[in-house]
Amino acid sequence: MKIIVCIKQVPAAASVRIDPVTLQLIREGVGSVINPFDYHALEAALALRETAGGEVTVLTMGPPKAETALREALALGADRAVLLTDRAFAGSDTWATAYLLSLAVRKLGGADLLLCGKQAIDGDTAQVGPQLAARLGIVQATGVSELRFVDGATLEVRRMLDGGGDLLRLRLPALLGVERDLNRPRVPTLPGYLRAVDRPVTVWSAAELNPDPALIGLAGSPTRVVSSRPAELPKRDTVLVRGSSADGAAAILRCWKPRKETI
Amino acid sequence: MSNEQAHSGIWVPAEIRHGKITPATFELLGEAVRLAAANADKVTAVLWGGGLDPLIGELGRAGADRVIAIEDSRFDVFRDELQAETLAGLTGKYRPAIMLLQAGSLGRALAPRVAALCHTGLTADCTGLAIDPASGALLQTRPAFGGSLLATIRTNGCFPQMATVRPGVMRRIAAAKTVPPEVVRESAPADRWNGLKTVLAGFGREADEPSFDGAGAIVSGGRGLNGEGFALLRRFAELSGAAVGASRAAVDANRIGYPHQVGQTGRTVRPGLYVAFGISGQIQHLAGMQNCEVLVAVNTDPEAPLMKLADLAVVGDAGDILRQMINQFQTDGEGK
Ligand SMILES: Cc1cc2nc3c(=O)[nH]c(=O)nc-3n(C[C@H](O)[C@H](O)[C@H](O)COP(=O)(O)OP(=O)(O)OC[C@H]3O[C@@H](n4cnc5c(N)ncnc54)[C@H](O)[C@@H]3O)c2cc1C
Ligand SMILES: Nc1ncnc2c1ncn2[C@@H]1O[C@H](COP(=O)(O)O)[C@@H](O)[C@H]1O
Repeated sequence: MKIIVCIKQVPAAASVRIDPVTLQLIREGVGSVINPFDYHALEAALALRETAGGEVTVLTMGPPKAETALREALALGADRAVLLTDRAFAGSDTWATAYLLSLAVRKLGGADLLLCGKQAIDGDTAQVGPQLAARLGIVQATGVSELRFVDGATLEVRRMLDGGGDLLRLRLPALLGVERDLNRPRVPTLPGYLRAVDRPVTVWSAAELNPDPALIGLAGSPTRVVSSRPAELPKRDTVLVRGSSADGAAAILRCWKPRKETI
Repeated sequence: MSNEQAHSGIWVPAEIRHGKITPATFELLGEAVRLAAANADKVTAVLWGGGLDPLIGELGRAGADRVIAIEDSRFDVFRDELQAETLAGLTGKYRPAIMLLQAGSLGRALAPRVAALCHTGLTADCTGLAIDPASGALLQTRPAFGGSLLATIRTNGCFPQMATVRPGVMRRIAAAKTVPPEVVRESAPADRWNGLKTVLAGFGREADEPSFDGAGAIVSGGRGLNGEGFALLRRFAELSGAAVGASRAAVDANRIGYPHQVGQTGRTVRPGLYVAFGISGQIQHLAGMQNCEVLVAVNTDPEAPLMKLADLAVVGDAGDILRQMINQFQTDGEGK
């Protein structure tokens, strides 16, 4: 069983602060972590390897420092780690990211199972997984909250949809986007870290991946950020009520009254 | 990359759940009508599944000039791969300028697959859409960095310009059209996914899943409402017919299930009335409810951010106030 887990390194604080004067993001003091959802993808891969055998590769695209995310994944038990990094990749949107990840998956000789987190908390798009599956021409299931092997080539998953969900049988190869409630990720141990210290991390740049230069980076991205501004909240005139709980409750219930009558 | 002239029309692929078109589909059609007015464009709804005919008129009344109907009961269940290929194929044939999808779990699985096949851009969870008067391009505004920034995004010379929008963000328009929509029949391409993915069983809403769409009032609890308080919250919701929401802190503390979570990583809601008990009002929570009509906050701390944003800010213990609300609601007699 060949399993590839796509992980992304994200800022430790999902909500960055904005400098009120320069309107720039304040990045100082914000460390980087593995995207929380991706721990669940990695945990699923490690658990499947325990039952079905095989090899778990973690794959990330990002700046050189994203290697620390891969080291952590190695400490948790991944067998191999691949970092895609190149100045030419910078500014890639989800389309271009999925394209580059697909080249890496092909260069790795493909996989039986690809695992992604539900979404990355920095952009919250939940797009890279399905885009990667489409590019590779394989089936997908997102919102996966349970999974089990039927046999070495077949997987059963429970996929959550709004207002319900379904039980799917997938023939491998397949890509899954996983939910938080799929599992409880293990935590890295000191021996794990020690084993991971001198494990090689494969680094591929444009020279190794050989992408079409028109399809990567800022220029190859079909979306373009044209402007950004601090979010403003709707302004309301606040009425402050202090007093007994009875007064407070009565004030709240008055908000109900006109509504009830219109029903 | 193709020339802009060749692409026109705004498409809204409809979602059907339990035999009914989802409210968010109507909201997207409302938004499409508004955008179409900017350059006299046409609105097309795409409808798929079995037994579609009774639904076509509804799409017309909600604003569709044309309905592309794919009568095919295979689509009564969600088939990501075939549906994406079908939409991508139709896109090649009809060349829409814009495609809007619902940012629920289904749209979030389908839209990126379509965008990948069409080689076009996709902006997730837009909270504002507009046509740039100069270029005619779709300007897609979405929250970034946990809601602290609003970024405006353009699709860079690719078509269709694709965006997803969360339910509750846009407004449905009341009976837009009286003329029935033009109906075009299409079919899905050959299914090369057959046997690779099988739906073995479907399951419905979990017993405790709230129904936020179209809820008139939502009462929501946060870390400041303890377990007993949550029981009171549910009791009051039952009495008043409100839906029950929660902050992530309350969900993390296991006071209620994740489906109730409102916010950036939960649901986006737009009720007539939102009453928050013991919720401080962090940006990620606000991202999910700030567009409610009337906002009420209950908090022991008058300085909590949500207390400054609310229409009505009540200082006090959330549990005590809920207990009073239940009493007063009941003794009010005709509590209906
Ligand atoms: C990536 C990311 C995504 C997130 N997504 C979401 C999301 O979708 N939804 C969400 O809600 N959060 C989300 N969060 C978490 C968010 O940042 C806040 O931590 C969370 O909203 C806080 O919940 P709270 O207001 O209930 O708790 P707190 O911030 O702890 O506030 C509790 C409030 O209760 C008040 N209080 C205490 N006791 C009482 C009492 N007896 N009576 C009345 N009031 C009392 C306190 O004064 C305080 O204001 C996310 C965070 C991250 C990093
Ligand atoms: N740069 C990246 N490198 C590797 N995997 C990624 C990258 N970006 C996104 N992913 C994967 O795609 C999932 C969804 O990310 P997103 O579409 O950015 O919300 C993440 O949970 C990761 O599994």
